[in-house]
Amino acid sequence: MTTTGWRWARAAAAAALLAFGGGASAAGRVIEVKAKRFEFSPAELRLKLGEPVTLRVTSADVTHGFYQKELGIDAEIEPGRATEVALTPTRAGRFTLICDHFCGAGHGNMRLVLVVE
Amino acid sequence: MRHPIDRRSFLRIAGLSLGAGALYRVAPALAAGPGGRDTARRLARANGEGVTPFSFVQLSDTHVGFRGPPNPTGTLAFERAVEVVNGLREQPELVLFTGDLTHDAEGRAERLARMRRFQQLASGLRAKARHAVPGEHDAAIDGGALYREVFGETSYAFDHRGVHFVALDNVSRPKPEIGAERLAWLRQDLARYPVTAPIVVFTHRPLFDLKPEWEWFTRDGAEAMKLLAPYENVTVLYGHIHREHVHQEPNGRHVAARSLIFAFPDPAAAAEKKPAPFDPQRPFRNLGPRLLHAGPGASSRTLALGMEEVELTLREHSGTEGFQQLLRPSTLEG
Repeated sequence: MTTTGWRWARAAAAAALLAFGGGASAAGRVIEVKAKRFEFSPAELRLKLGEPVTLRVTSADVTHGFYQKELGIDAEIEPGRATEVALTPTRAGRFTLICDHFCGAGHGNMRLVLVVE
Repeated sequence: MRHPIDRRSFLRIAGLSLGAGALYRVAPALAAGPGGRDTARRLARANGEGVTPFSFVQLSDTHVGFRGPPNPTGTLAFERAVEVVNGLREQPELVLFTGDLTHDAEGRAERLARMRRFQQLASGLRAKARHAVPGEHDAAIDGGALYREVFGETSYAFDHRGVHFVALDNVSRPKPEIGAERLAWLRQDLARYPVTAPIVVFTHRPLFDLKPEWEWFTRDGAEAMKLLAPYENVTVLYGHIHREHVHQEPNGRHVAARSLIFAFPDPAAAAEKKPAPFDPQRPFRNLGPRLLHAGPGASSRTLALGMEEVELTLREHSGTEGFQQLLRPSTLEG
């Protein structure tokens, strides 16, 4: 197989889907997200198009990553302090965010789905 | 405006064709002409060593220590792969392992036991030149410390019959990345070679963005490819994705091997990264080694890597019914 068939929504990724401000002060509705090996809780978040929100992420155990390339989200979630990620969804869709800081054997399946409606 | 384009194409093709026999076609019949011999000598001199045909095998993602629903047979596929490789008519001169030799465990003692078990199984290969890079399951938890104790450095380079091999670690940092220090090492290593030198990089994660939301990427992979860009003949072998895949970029060809534990689905067709279910009727389905033949390319600028997928089927490589029984220990006990 060549990569031709793997070109899914890469073009869409170029568009600014969300306004992202890692570490910014809380804006709009604050949504708590907990990270622990090997899951985010909740595992899925439903967001409204155009509504600013702040994801307030904490870790219950070790350092986790908080990464969604298409949306430009790239944060470290360290235990003992909350990390705030401000978002304003500007496009509908389903985006999978992953832990990209290795945290153990189940790390590869640690993800959070952001559904923008 | 057709003429200038055709002319450029003609020159390019002609130039490449001129070198075809020169660099790689070292058989007497091909290098018989004085022009061919002369070009071969010049290119071998430029590269430091002429390329002579040989074959090597890539094995990947053996995950020694893993046992679960996607593969209840543990290391059997790995063991079969060793048998298959040992049974090849043309013995490979090298065997390259592209990471995740072991499945991670919590304690150091168990991790060490799995690494030793890997070594024991790999030592069954007739090919004595075996080289590996770690996967994140081997090295991410402790920055590669235990891997180094057991296997040695995680990034290194060597030459074999005129081909420069680079083992590139992109797993032993917490993030999926190579890191500035290792990129500096790569830059230094490559600087010793002319742009005509054939280069094979073997690594674990893809060096391009295959599917970031499945962590099938390397954050600074593009920087490594930028360092490799001047080189005319680059092949990147990788694992991690547990399926075959070929991706051609202007500055290199990326080839992924199947795993020897379980298969992941096609990301273009599957919504979730879930291992393919185990099929007791075809326990080695979608697993297997990839046999690579290195040899003359179509031109002086290419190293041909012929590929042959070897599926480890029960019928072909076991030849007994014993394997089925191994899947059901209770039957044996009864």
